[in-house]
Amino acid sequence: MSKAKWMGISKVRENIAASSSEEVTASYLDTISKSKINGYVTINEGAIARAQDIDNGKEGKGHDGVLAGVPIAIKDNISTKGIQTTCSSKILQGYVPPYNAHVIERLLDAGAVILGKTNMDEFAMGTSTESSHYGTTLNPWDHERVPGGSSGGSAAVVAAGEAPISLGSDTGGSVRCPAAFCGVVGLKPTYGGISRYGLISYANSLEQIGPIATNVSDIATIMDVIGGHDLRDSTSIRQEIAYQDSLVDDVSGLKIGVPDEYFAEGIDEGVEKSVWAAIQKFEDMGATWEKVSMPHTKYALPAYYVTAMSEASSNLARFDGTRYGHVEQGENWHVMASRTRAKGFGEEVKRRILLGTYALSAGYHDKYYLKALKVRTLVKQDFDKALSNVDVLMAPTMPAPAFKIGEKIEDPLALYLTDVNTVPINLAGVPSISMPCGLVDGLPVGLQIIGKHFDESTIMRAAYSFEQNTDHLTKRPAGVE
Amino acid sequence: MVYHNPDGVMIGLEIHVQLNKLNTKMFCGCSTKYHDDEPNTHVCPVCLGLPGSLPVINERAVESAMKIGLALNCDIVPQTQFHRKNYFYPDLPKGFQTTQYDFPIASEGKVVIEGEDGEHVIGITRAHMEEDPGRLVHIGSIDKSKGTMIDYNRSGMALIEIVSEPDMRSPKEARRFLDKLRNIIDYLDVCDTTLEGAMRFDANVSIGGGSRAEVKNISSHKGAERALLFEIVRQKNLLRRGGTVVQETRHFDEARGVTISLRTKEQEHDYRYFPEPDLVPMRVADRTAKVVETLPELPDAKRERFTKEYGMADMHAKALTSEIRIADYYEEVAAKVDAKICTPWVADVLKGELNYRDLTIESYTVDDMVEIIGMVTQDKITEKSAVEVIRTILDSGGSAGDIVKEKGLIKVEDDVVSTAVAEVIRENEAAVVDYRGGKEQSLNFLVGQVMKKTRGRADAREAREMVLESLNK
Repeated sequence: MSKAKWMGISKVRENIAASSSEEVTASYLDTISKSKINGYVTINEGAIARAQDIDNGKEGKGHDGVLAGVPIAIKDNISTKGIQTTCSSKILQGYVPPYNAHVIERLLDAGAVILGKTNMDEFAMGTSTESSHYGTTLNPWDHERVPGGSSGGSAAVVAAGEAPISLGSDTGGSVRCPAAFCGVVGLKPTYGGISRYGLISYANSLEQIGPIATNVSDIATIMDVIGGHDLRDSTSIRQEIAYQDSLVDDVSGLKIGVPDEYFAEGIDEGVEKSVWAAIQKFEDMGATWEKVSMPHTKYALPAYYVTAMSEASSNLARFDGTRYGHVEQGENWHVMASRTRAKGFGEEVKRRILLGTYALSAGYHDKYYLKALKVRTLVKQDFDKALSNVDVLMAPTMPAPAFKIGEKIEDPLALYLTDVNTVPINLAGVPSISMPCGLVDGLPVGLQIIGKHFDESTIMRAAYSFEQNTDHLTKRPAGVE
Repeated sequence: MVYHNPDGVMIGLEIHVQLNKLNTKMFCGCSTKYHDDEPNTHVCPVCLGLPGSLPVINERAVESAMKIGLALNCDIVPQTQFHRKNYFYPDLPKGFQTTQYDFPIASEGKVVIEGEDGEHVIGITRAHMEEDPGRLVHIGSIDKSKGTMIDYNRSGMALIEIVSEPDMRSPKEARRFLDKLRNIIDYLDVCDTTLEGAMRFDANVSIGGGSRAEVKNISSHKGAERALLFEIVRQKNLLRRGGTVVQETRHFDEARGVTISLRTKEQEHDYRYFPEPDLVPMRVADRTAKVVETLPELPDAKRERFTKEYGMADMHAKALTSEIRIADYYEEVAAKVDAKICTPWVADVLKGELNYRDLTIESYTVDDMVEIIGMVTQDKITEKSAVEVIRTILDSGGSAGDIVKEKGLIKVEDDVVSTAVAEVIRENEAAVVDYRGGKEQSLNFLVGQVMKKTRGRADAREAREMVLESLNK
């Protein structure tokens, strides 16, 4: 049973019913122990005990839950009580949160077993997981390539059969990008759809926690567990979405908008072909499509980076070595805090803190931060306008398949440019799901289906229908069954 | 009389009011009642700024802020907006303070004080909500302490920062303003102003239209007056010597009574304010009317009512309403005895005796007051004895009844007095002759002798009348 496998939640539950959560969990831990992809930063030492508790019915409530005994991997920026949470940064090395994030409470209530914390770009700042202090995660499809980022670990371990499902977070594409690069499904819900309580902030006005899985149904199952309003997150919204009910194989009459701007110059030919083939497939299935114009797309990238970096410069101010995590000594508090930050943060994090500090400073605030806010409004209007005529938008998640490790890490700007199709969605706050729609040179291509605010049902229905009528989700990396 | 403000003094004040009467902190559910507890026992992920924690607005804090704004005659903003004020300091667990910036909860109000030349209006620029940082604790003095410890119990307490216009023209007016403000806060019942750190002050001072200095670390009304007096003299001396006042932040050293330069304008922080993304605007416009309904009668209104309802002089009304507890005390007493009679007893006698001893109104119960006034109006004791009873209770406790008995203060009967009068007239023939010969002072001497014989228990006025009667027979 130790051979890595793609297993959806229903298959995992069948196995648990046939054996036990303990056995299933142990099998995943065994696979992880033999892994070469470096997907986990921390393994949950309590995983087996937790699985036993579920098996023994000690967790009364969890035992009846939809995820009873089901292992899950959690991105390392989501607070887990008693399990080290580092954001893949040196500065949080040794930090063990004394509380659970809202989503973790919900998962545990539903019976889930946390396998461990997955690798990521440091503080979620990146598109490749190369900025992790704990080394990069390898793409299961090609170990010389990046798994995408920032939730690279969360997507890679699912693709490699080291966890059936996982949670990531998506600030500018951080769930969708690695889902696309690793050939799995990832959802960025509407802003406010899931409580961020316990998610360690990078850019709070943009990010959402999102699930990653090997099939669309599992995304719905996880969302039904973790979605919904939470009093502890003022930005979470009272809006119930019946995810299970949206799993309907029917797209007849669905109106698809295809924004030209998302097929801009520089897009990989194979990616373009795969995405268009997918759109054709939807047409075959009864949907219609038309081109839509989103003229402010080209300004989204700079607006995103200015906004995200500005917020990050403030969000990351608390890491000063005073209360938790890594600390460097100094003759007074300011020296101690400065040294801690100088040694504790990696290059990319420092770059974004400095740029964000600059963008918020007197004299530059209006020119950068305020300007970015204005652009954000225009980008939102693009979406409102486009989505007033169509039900969903479809586009490539990433303009190219996974690039090679080391290929772009020395050139931050080139790396930022790869986010061109994902960041506008976060600026607008709309939901978007990425799912495989083909392979180019043996590497997965991600199709992005974007919906209206809180209209996850429609994009889930489209994604489910596409899954049911194509074989893209049966493709697995070599060595994974 | 018009006050000309010879030095062109302009003083503006910033007052931090801690909403310590709320049950919970500004953005989390931690209890505010930490003052007697161990450090770092009233903390949670939110007020410790742990990674991933998020703030939630305490609606009661917003209501308290609205109350303060309305009591200061301010306009209330239609919806709240919080900003982040970014700076590094060990007492600031998030590396920023959540505060309000360009949309304070309240703005453009005013307060009327007793100024140098009568009523004087002090403009209120704004009042905004923010969170308190933690507290740095040292063992012994800062320079001798082996290290700095941080107590986050205070972290996240709701604060209201009230900013005045530079409308005060003297340290005395500044103190009057602070007294008035504290009185209003007490009336609103949003802050226990007696607790440590409940109210903290910064002052802006300029003279003759020059640059202003901001003085920080003022912790009392008296301290404010002293700091301002020092600062004005410092600026005047500087100008006299041909120097110029620079815009700077100064620290008030309470022990030495001086202000010391902290940083100049060039060294000021750039706080990089931006809207707090974790808090959504809270609409308050439709709540204002409701909050207005909960506003208590404020000092000025009460003062006016007291003059009308109890028929007292404005001077008395002002004295009685200067503290909510005294006003409430007075009304309790006035409900039980004749209001006109009890007014001077509370406003003049009791308040005077309390001030002399630096005591609060709680030191003398309403029942004792009612009893003592009753004794006076029923002619059982003299007014002089009543004052003695009040003093005794304040100094050494006890009940009015017991003290009157112990000290033998019950007024003596008329026949005892008349016997004494007869004896005095018989024993002091010379004085009687002098009086009849037109020497008025002799009457005083004879009355004094009667008081002596009755050991003061006779009513002096009555004794005088009885002596006169005997003499004129």
